[in-house]
Amino acid sequence: MDWVSTKPDKYADVPYEEKLRLFLEVKNDPRYEDFLYGCYECGICVSACPSARFYDFSPRVIAQAMAREDVDRFYEILVEDIWNCAQCFSCVRCPRQNNPGGLVTLIREVAVRNGLKEARDVLQGYSRVIYKVMLKGNQVSPDMLQPDFFPDWGPWVREFSENMDVWRRAIPVDTLRGVTDAAWRTDEKTLLELYTIWFETNNIDIIQEVDEGLYELLLDVMEEALEEVA
Amino acid sequence: MATAFVPLDEIMERKSRPVLRDPTEAPTHDLREELFELEAKGEIIVHRVPEPYVEVMTKFGRKKKIPIEHTWHHKSCGQCGHIPGYSASIFWLHRQFELDYVDPTDQTSCTGWNYYASATSNAVAQIAVMCRNFAAAYELGYYPLIHCGTSYGHYKEVREQLIHHKELRDEARRLMDKLGKPLVVPEEIVHYSEWVHVMRHRIAERQVVDMSHLTACVHPACHYYKIVAEDAIYDPEIYGAQRTATVTGLLEALGINVADYSTWFDCCGFGFRHILVQRDFTRSFAVLRKIEVMKTEVNPDMVVTHDTGCVTTLDKSQFAAKAHNRKVGVPVLSDAQVAALAMGAHPFRVLQLHWHSTDWRPLLEKLGIDWEKYWEEFQEDLEAIRRGEKPGLTWEDADEPIAVAA
Repeated sequence: MDWVSTKPDKYADVPYEEKLRLFLEVKNDPRYEDFLYGCYECGICVSACPSARFYDFSPRVIAQAMAREDVDRFYEILVEDIWNCAQCFSCVRCPRQNNPGGLVTLIREVAVRNGLKEARDVLQGYSRVIYKVMLKGNQVSPDMLQPDFFPDWGPWVREFSENMDVWRRAIPVDTLRGVTDAAWRTDEKTLLELYTIWFETNNIDIIQEVDEGLYELLLDVMEEALEEVA
Repeated sequence: MATAFVPLDEIMERKSRPVLRDPTEAPTHDLREELFELEAKGEIIVHRVPEPYVEVMTKFGRKKKIPIEHTWHHKSCGQCGHIPGYSASIFWLHRQFELDYVDPTDQTSCTGWNYYASATSNAVAQIAVMCRNFAAAYELGYYPLIHCGTSYGHYKEVREQLIHHKELRDEARRLMDKLGKPLVVPEEIVHYSEWVHVMRHRIAERQVVDMSHLTACVHPACHYYKIVAEDAIYDPEIYGAQRTATVTGLLEALGINVADYSTWFDCCGFGFRHILVQRDFTRSFAVLRKIEVMKTEVNPDMVVTHDTGCVTTLDKSQFAAKAHNRKVGVPVLSDAQVAALAMGAHPFRVLQLHWHSTDWRPLLEKLGIDWEKYWEEFQEDLEAIRRGEKPGLTWEDADEPIAVAA
């Protein structure tokens, strides 16, 4: 009996052809072959996985579904599981040298590139970070440390946000001193090169799939900066 | 037939025996050989590790060159943005040894944190960001020293993809041409904690703060030794070369008692996206699987680690757990901060401990450091800045080690 066919398809309303198209998008990535070599079902990856302890999540299931080319199960993983992964790569202990964390990265890329609702939902609160990394080349900055954003980090966050300007000026490192809107002082030329990379690699189009408003904003700022130089 | 059980002590003894690995039997190709082959074909430039360097052993018995100076400091956005004493300590150590280095402004982050968090990028963009930074270092004649564990792991992964996939390499070359830069890949990807590791005996020679009565737990950073695992430093003298030697090697050189705990392999719970927008997972994992286990098993004076995300997660996650009466309250420092503290770095001008969330005062008190006195000094600095008497602190204010009573 085919084990796949006994399981009810939770996403029967999604055409199989669409699931297959997304699956093939993952499988045809040039990195895919480096990440999957088969699966012993030994569970070593699960025992090492932090997300498996807190979520209904299994790197073994991901490796198996991909290796078996179980397109329906792949689709479930795509919409339900991938954002639980902590991307720590503890799972690369795999004796078959699989990289389930790497597979998750590829699947996430496909989810984002195709603007899937689940990806847009999960990244909704994340836009300010994307804004920062695209424009400043830094993931985080001191001015992100606001009490309403990090209430669980203790009274220190409030103390910092009230003293941000002077605390930042009291850092002896030349490239950090006084900088609050980025992690360090970056040359304008460097940022223009970064913007060129985002355009030339179509990275900017990926942002459009997850947040149209953010995309328009980034486009305005980056195009204007590049045009000024041109 | 009766089963003969092997006593636990014997198993432990066997596990503690040093493992000496033969590099000719390594299960992976030596990527550096492939780099030089690509260079011979004219496809890339390989940036050689400058002298002086120290050769160390990596996981499968190969040698890796760690440069001592002429380094281009690839800073970490998480360190510089949220725990600046981490970066300041790395620079302070270089200044104490009067080593030649560059703190560049022609540098972006690797953008890997965002990539692991949101996947809002692609392979070519990630390669291009890496190559742009490496080209900037090469053009200046300085060798990249990577401050962030994630950047280190990410660049190793991306370098491997660049080597193995011609289509990605061709795209990277097109982009570097567009930017007017050469396609350069360093011979070794070097993490700052590897520099600290090879400098540990020189650091210990200049130790002014006795740390022999401290117990520390080490959290090895996942992206340091799990991604492209063969690049991490291993040493038969440290855990029998069965775990990475970085961080532990430094602490042992400083006379600190490194205490083992059962969940050493677990990640910290950072999660990349989780730490920023889904911290219930991060807090739970950091407390339940790391801090509480350490507290219960060995009750350390501090946790020492070597990556941005790990310091942030383990430090910042303890506040909320305290409200639930969990066993928390262990200060978290990077290896660079511990090294700098041992050599007498100012706790606030250099270590910037006021950016840490978990209480570090008991640790300084145990070390006999009068933190109130140094906090007072730092408050005077802040007042002088507020009054406009100085624009900010400089190395002139911070270079001098504190006077520690013998």
